Amino acid sequence: MNTVAVSEEETHEEHHDHGLSDVGYIKVALILAVLTAVEVATYFWDFGVVEVPSLLILMVVKFQIVVSYFMHLKFDSKVFSYLFVTGVILAMLVFAAMGTSLAFWQNPSGCDISAFC
Amino acid sequence: MAITEERPEILELESGDTSFSTGAFARPTNASGWRAWFFTVDHKKIGIMYGAVAMFWFLWGGVEALLIRAQLFTPNGTVLTAEQYNQIFTMHGTTMVFLVIMPLAAAFANYIVPLQIGARDVAFPRMNALGLWLFVFGGIFLNLSWFLGGGPDGGWFAYAPNTGVTFSPGAGMDFYALGLQIAGIASLVGAINLIVTVLNMRAPGMTMLRMPVFTWMILVVQFLLLFALPVITVALILLSFDRTFDANFFNVAMGADPLLWQHLFWIFGHPEVYILILPSFGIVSETLPVFSRKPLFGYSVIVISGAAIGFMGWGVWAHHMFVSGLGPVGVAAFSATTMFIAVPTGVKILNWIATMWGGNLRFTVPMMFSISLVSMFTIGGLSGVMHSVAPADTQQTDTYFIVAHFHYVLFGGALMGLFAGMYYWWPKAFGYKLSESLGKWHFWILLVGFNMTFGPMHIVGLQGMARRHSRYGPEDGFDFWNAVVTIGAFVILIGMIVFAVNIVRSWLGYKAGTIPQEPADPWDARTIEWAIPCPTPEHNFDYVPVITDIDDFWHKKYQPDENGKLRKIADGNEIAQKGDQSPHLPSPSYWPIVLAAGLPLIALGLIYNLWVSGIGLVLLLGAMFGWSLEPATDPNAGHDDHGDDHDPDTNAPDGDEGGDAEVAEEAPVG
Amino acid sequence: MADIDEIDTSNLAYGRTEWDDHHHLPTNTGLTNEKVTMWAFLGSDCLLFGALISTYLLLRNRVGPATSGPTAADLFDIPFTSVSSFVLLMSSLTMVLAVTSIQRAEMDRCKLWLLTTAALGSIFIAGQVYEFTSFYREGLGFTTNISSSAFYTLTGFHGVHVSLGIVMLVTMWVLVSGGQIGPERAETIEIIGLYWHFVDIVWIVIFAVVYLIP
Repeated sequence: MNTVAVSEEETHEEHHDHGLSDVGYIKVALILAVLTAVEVATYFWDFGVVEVPSLLILMVVKFQIVVSYFMHLKFDSKVFSYLFVTGVILAMLVFAAMGTSLAFWQNPSGCDISAFC
Repeated sequence: MAITEERPEILELESGDTSFSTGAFARPTNASGWRAWFFTVDHKKIGIMYGAVAMFWFLWGGVEALLIRAQLFTPNGTVLTAEQYNQIFTMHGTTMVFLVIMPLAAAFANYIVPLQIGARDVAFPRMNALGLWLFVFGGIFLNLSWFLGGGPDGGWFAYAPNTGVTFSPGAGMDFYALGLQIAGIASLVGAINLIVTVLNMRAPGMTMLRMPVFTWMILVVQFLLLFALPVITVALILLSFDRTFDANFFNVAMGADPLLWQHLFWIFGHPEVYILILPSFGIVSETLPVFSRKPLFGYSVIVISGAAIGFMGWGVWAHHMFVSGLGPVGVAAFSATTMFIAVPTGVKILNWIATMWGGNLRFTVPMMFSISLVSMFTIGGLSGVMHSVAPADTQQTDTYFIVAHFHYVLFGGALMGLFAGMYYWWPKAFGYKLSESLGKWHFWILLVGFNMTFGPMHIVGLQGMARRHSRYGPEDGFDFWNAVVTIGAFVILIGMIVFAVNIVRSWLGYKAGTIPQEPADPWDARTIEWAIPCPTPEHNFDYVPVITDIDDFWHKKYQPDENGKLRKIADGNEIAQKGDQSPHLPSPSYWPIVLAAGLPLIALGLIYNLWVSGIGLVLLLGAMFGWSLEPATDPNAGHDDHGDDHDPDTNAPDGDEGGDAEVAEEAPVG
Repeated sequence: MADIDEIDTSNLAYGRTEWDDHHHLPTNTGLTNEKVTMWAFLGSDCLLFGALISTYLLLRNRVGPATSGPTAADLFDIPFTSVSSFVLLMSSLTMVLAVTSIQRAEMDRCKLWLLTTAALGSIFIAGQVYEFTSFYREGLGFTTNISSSAFYTLTGFHGVHVSLGIVMLVTMWVLVSGGQIGPERAETIEIIGLYWHFVDIVWIVIFAVVYLIP
């Protein structure tokens, strides 16, 4: 919430940079398509222990690319980033705490992760 | 000599052609009568209506409280049946939280924040009206349950599965879930609107760190609402789906975990606690410096601790669930965070005390209410820190000790602050002061009644009296203190009657001319809402105020001389703006109230008959259609039907602020 | 208090009237109210979907004495959902192209890309309807068990978001066609686009954590 105080400094920037060219966006979309293909590949082939981490990483990368390029956050005012990233981070922290609390912490004798599997 | 002399920039716009040709529907033009209120988009009228409606619900919530106390006056009370008692205490909590304190804070936020930042209106005036009417209809909808088979009976926290159809077969909990959903949309709309207003519409020179503390606290609260409301929205949706569509979210036979509701509710519920208290913290941060004639001690620290409370408020929710089987890790973690959050709160208390220390105190009614906030909230805060110690909390959970605690913070804290705000800003809103002598009666009776009511609850709570029980036995030994508590509750009633008498008598006196109209600056205040006449002219500011300091208005009046002693250099009433300009203002609109009326119909239909929902949906879509096709009467914005006057080509070259009030009321999401 | 004054004086040049010489917009941040509104709303919506997704993750394998029927995960048709996910992902590209074309005042292209985006969104929704009906035929109704309730609620809410987006896109297409929205109001399209991309990234998350992670 105190991020908005910082936002004052951003106001002096001009925001005429509208991101990539059309070709650039098509390249970004191709990258996203490839990443999705890799994701789907995990369904057809067994990647073993790296499967879940790699899916999560791919998800984060795709999320990041869409937000930075398609939604222009990389080129746009930091105020927007603060508003959105606050929401994303708050959601992750709060629901991670809730999820772990419901799934693990309730069982004092040890970790019962059945709720997550 | 005017506050604006550095930049005498006239706000008035060309009041030229106001052709409606591009709009499908005309906008209402009535300036008086009921239409002037029902269709208004003026933030001041909306603020006053928020306050008036909230005071009505305060009356009703108070009646519910008195019924509870009448039932508990003696052992084995017979005033209410157990079922009625459940409904009454549920609705007492729900009403006081969602229909009284939140909208009272919204009333002040709407009325005062645009004035404190030097704006003409909020960013989206029609959305502001929509928020008001959604709150009004949400409250009416919630209370319709009384006439349609009984109120909600699951507590204001509505723990599932106790609130499922099995244990709560009446329609009451449906009204609760859907009514709060409507009120939640109202708060979300208002929150986004105020965030945009504060970020975008401050007067020149009003940096974030020059904003009045009240505006800061309101900003923090709106961020809390912005992020907390979706969580209760989801929780209420799950509950509604369970009740209406037989979903299984809280069906234990299907393997549901009852703690899911508790987590979701308190993830919202704990930020909600700060949503309730921070506006009052903001109010006393305005009144204490004014009536101590000293700057607020540690402005930046107060602001930062307010924001810190906002952040940390997200990490403490599970302390409401220490006895729910959370497990030792969770309990330990949330104990620690709960202890930490007392720090910024304590910082604020010490700052207020330091503000008063050595000040030239004036014991006006708003000052007395402010001091009672500082002291009473401290008591409630201390019993709150006790709850962070999980073993102690385990002992106290579900006893009257908890009831005492949260009434000390919400009544002794939030409400006392709101009363301080009412007495303080009354002349700004209505042009005259409430009677100081009746106000002091109001204050002292209320303070005594409050402590009589909630003080003894600490004792019976520690003795083990359980809350939410409609009866206690004569052998329990609770009778004496319960009798005291009930008498105290009626003392509060007397205090509130004095307040009502004060409002009526001051108004009649003002009408009759025996109570004078106040000049712009009756309190010798510090912030720029006092640099315009009382009552506030419809257009707020004649000229854009240019801000050079924290407490800018004060610095226009007082400057240190060569010895460093503060000297008065100007009279506030003389340098205040005259309110004699008549700039163009956003036109009223029919659609906010029509759109808002659609939602309770949809909700009613979900409970009884989907055809009613269909009618509500038609009303909703029609209103959205009308809303977006409505002409903007601002001549600057009249070039198309979307009221967007950010268009660089048509924007007035003098950088008029009038545009802001009308800035594209067209929200992309309707 | 001295240090606060220092902070303040360093910002003295800041003010709306100063701004108008350099900026089009008379707001403190230099950003339009509408765009700030949309981003604030999207920030808020993160919590909504956060709650729905975590609810699903917590409930998807819960069983009780009365549990019967398949779980949603038992019935997933990954190849099919992959295709519809890909369609939604590509609709983000067409949305961006609609925004860049209106920024270049190429109204016909903008209209084309707006319609394409709406069409791709409709394909996604059609896929979802097909998925729901086939699940239902395989014995997974909304009330069958706890995982089905959670699954339909989560994906249903996302579907409602997409549908609202389609309505907005078609409205924009009508307004652009009718000339009410010209190149000077490109930002309106951009704001709708932000919403559209948001429903896309929500689906990126749902596709990974709900569908793909076993």
